[in-house]
Amino acid sequence: MSITREEILHVVELARLEIAEAEIDAFAAQVAEILGYIDRLREVDTAGVPATAHAGFFRNAFREDEEGGHLPRGEALANAPEADEESFLVPRVI
Amino acid sequence: MELHELTIAAAGRLLRRREISAVELARAHLGRIEALDPGIGAFLTVTAEEALAAAAAADRRIAAGDAGPLTGIPLAVKDVLCTRGVRTTCGSRILEHFVPPYDATAVRRLRQAGAVILGKLNLDEFAMGSSTENSAFQVTRNPWDPSRTPGGSSGGSAAAVAARLCLGALGSDTGGSIRQPASHCGVVGVKPTYGRVSRYGLVAFASSLDQVGPFGRTVEDAALQLAAIAGRDPADSTSADAPVPDFAAALGRGVRGLRIGIPAEYRAAEGLDPEVGRAVEEAVATLERLGATAVPVSLPHTRYAVAVYYVIAPAEASSNLARYDGVKYGLREPGGGELLAMYKRTRGRGFGPEVRRRIVIGTYCLSAGYYDAYYGKASQVRSLIVRDFEEAFRHCDAIACPTAPTPAFRIGEKAGDPLTLYLADIFTIPANLAGIPAVSVPCAFSAAGLPIGLQLLGKAFDEETILRLAHALEGERGLFRRRPC
Repeated sequence: MSITREEILHVVELARLEIAEAEIDAFAAQVAEILGYIDRLREVDTAGVPATAHAGFFRNAFREDEEGGHLPRGEALANAPEADEESFLVPRVI
Repeated sequence: MELHELTIAAAGRLLRRREISAVELARAHLGRIEALDPGIGAFLTVTAEEALAAAAAADRRIAAGDAGPLTGIPLAVKDVLCTRGVRTTCGSRILEHFVPPYDATAVRRLRQAGAVILGKLNLDEFAMGSSTENSAFQVTRNPWDPSRTPGGSSGGSAAAVAARLCLGALGSDTGGSIRQPASHCGVVGVKPTYGRVSRYGLVAFASSLDQVGPFGRTVEDAALQLAAIAGRDPADSTSADAPVPDFAAALGRGVRGLRIGIPAEYRAAEGLDPEVGRAVEEAVATLERLGATAVPVSLPHTRYAVAVYYVIAPAEASSNLARYDGVKYGLREPGGGELLAMYKRTRGRGFGPEVRRRIVIGTYCLSAGYYDAYYGKASQVRSLIVRDFEEAFRHCDAIACPTAPTPAFRIGEKAGDPLTLYLADIFTIPANLAGIPAVSVPCAFSAAGLPIGLQLLGKAFDEETILRLAHALEGERGLFRRRPC
């Protein structure tokens, strides 16, 4: 299994990650080794086997649709790197 | 007896008889942290003032006759559980200054029980790792041998309990992060059934695998903490609406008649240290002498468990960690006025190498063209692993195996070789994939004086049986009386 620099760059773009130029080759080699190991899953016959998305021992978790408490705006904004009285602030996008 | 040598159970009795005070007990442990933690590195934050206030409140509760088993007991919490007003870093630069506006449910329940929280404990960044070397802030050393890691990711919790810096602690376990450090540090660690403990306020790593659980120096101490944190929580829709038994009361029932499954595949596992293999065989023989019966069982898909996990856990992590974007909380690295550049720089610099590696693997496995081959396939093989356990538990009441294939390894020994480190999770990962409970209990010391843990896996919501077995073994061996420092 090998992963090209282009594939790594594509995936870090999807994941919104900056990666240092010097790191790319080492990353590609480690990711290729791990994915190569994961390839053993191909040995398993899974025809007709349903997928397990979680290990919970429940079906659905219903509750009444009632109004509840929520985080006050000031507390929700308290950890923001940049905020005003009402909103999170981000660089201009429009 | 020195106060830090008490168990939770013994300290609780002395507190309720007013022979010691909670303030005295808290001071003794804060003093110990000050004296010993510089050499161990278990704590990221010590909340001395809050702890003394909570201890004074506990003393008033005790005086009023309103005390439970944890009232006045000094505990500490892995820094991946939110604590209101106390910074919660997840061992990451990206959350270095994050101060949660609420308590995790497990933390809130400890406080309601009157526990005294001494501070926050070190971990691998976002709980990703098995050595606590991935913390962005400090290395934690194994109290039994400071040149070795305590295991991870809850390495701070295991080391703190082993070194008598607190009487018990909470950790989280996604693929072994409670049990493996418990094994390496010679303490008891419990991963409860998925859904047994609320995950509300546990910073998410892999939501279908994560569980909060306790560390104690004895099985009873772990059981007392588990009883306090377990139970349905409306804030976590995956928390189970199942009755919470009195786990500590179950311990005295003995093990006569219990059937212990011995999986053939685990005995043949690659990389198993013969010393660990022998320790586990002797532990099972001890349990047989006490009236349990060993029976062979088979878990045929064991060889795929690590591969399944290292698709599913990174896939879920890549999604969960998308929230760290420099907007709502945590680090922001300016991107020259551009939003996308700000995201990338913040995440690229805020996350350490292991977290970035897992985000890349997870994103790759979920990306167009690869989803079915990786995530879809792993989710199907996960079903086969679940079935393996269902079949095995038709023939036994619990399964015994090592917790980790070797005793604690040296700091730096496995750095830069992620796959080798992942393969060592072979005994702990299956319980997370299947959602079943498991405990690690000290069963021996290696020739080099390092602790070795026995792991017991149980049926869903049957923590009582595995705790009974662990308690019986502990009573025979008495290893919890040994101390590292």
